[in-house]
Amino acid sequence: MRPPPAHLIYETGGHSEHCLSFGAVDAARTILIVPPLFDEMNRTRRMMVEAMRVLGEQGVRTLLPDLPGSNESLADMSDQTLLDWRNAVVDCASQLSATHIASIRGGCLIDDAAKLPLWRLAPAKGTSLLKTMLRTRVVADKEAGISTTVEQLLTAAQSAPLDLAGILFGQEMLAALDMALPSTETGIHEVMLADINGTPLWLRAEPSDNPAMSTAIAADLDCWSASCGG
Amino acid sequence: MSEKIENTIRDLLSDVLGLSKTQVASMDNDTELFGALPELDSMAVAGLLTEMEDRLDIVIDDDDVDGELFATFGNLVAFAKAKVTE
Repeated sequence: MRPPPAHLIYETGGHSEHCLSFGAVDAARTILIVPPLFDEMNRTRRMMVEAMRVLGEQGVRTLLPDLPGSNESLADMSDQTLLDWRNAVVDCASQLSATHIASIRGGCLIDDAAKLPLWRLAPAKGTSLLKTMLRTRVVADKEAGISTTVEQLLTAAQSAPLDLAGILFGQEMLAALDMALPSTETGIHEVMLADINGTPLWLRAEPSDNPAMSTAIAADLDCWSASCGG
Repeated sequence: MSEKIENTIRDLLSDVLGLSKTQVASMDNDTELFGALPELDSMAVAGLLTEMEDRLDIVIDDDDVDGELFATFGNLVAFAKAKVTE
């Protein structure tokens, strides 16, 4: 039987947040995975969890936190800012003893404050994530017979939270996301899809998984984390 | 250059819509996309546009996007080429 997950808790921003974990608590290495953000998080969860299972079987512990306002969180999504999420990564890393950080897509926008060795997969610019969600909202409105433009949506967002892909965005989050770029310090191990024979599951209109890609991610993370920091 | 753009579009369709490499390799100018591919719904169009911008380093004005753009593979490639040379 494959190892079951552990359900842990970390504290951030006055809330207790859920964190999925695989692997032994006394493992020499603990990799905190900073997931893709917003709708991309849902499309990649199975891929990430499968990689975590493989790493657990190889003796590497992993953590996958809920960011405040997402998944099981009781925090209000429309109150969240990118800074809150950056702090959440730091809190989770320190409270649950992470030794390394692996971030994917939009996760690369909030992964740098914990000051741990960094592994990144296909970093995304905040403005690209935002633009896709705004376009999707305009298309969805059109199909519902409502004519909206991106400008109208952003103007309306100044007075009330904006619903994009079923997620409520506050004004601060929208502004910060539009400007956000992955940090550029040296020593980051960046992996592109070709390195792991991967497919960009986060772009798909429907959620999917790819066990071969999860296994390749786990192998790369194992090799990198064994030789780097910790 | 021209061939490079065409290949970028093929990769894009494969990556965003989850089409096989064989299926996108067999596409020619007359291959119908919107309406012919169940994977290409109006929601997927949003993802395709942003990825096209990132990979070709272009900016697409949403006013440029109409039903014709995604009608055939040839239309999509022609649009991308026009944008890159702008």
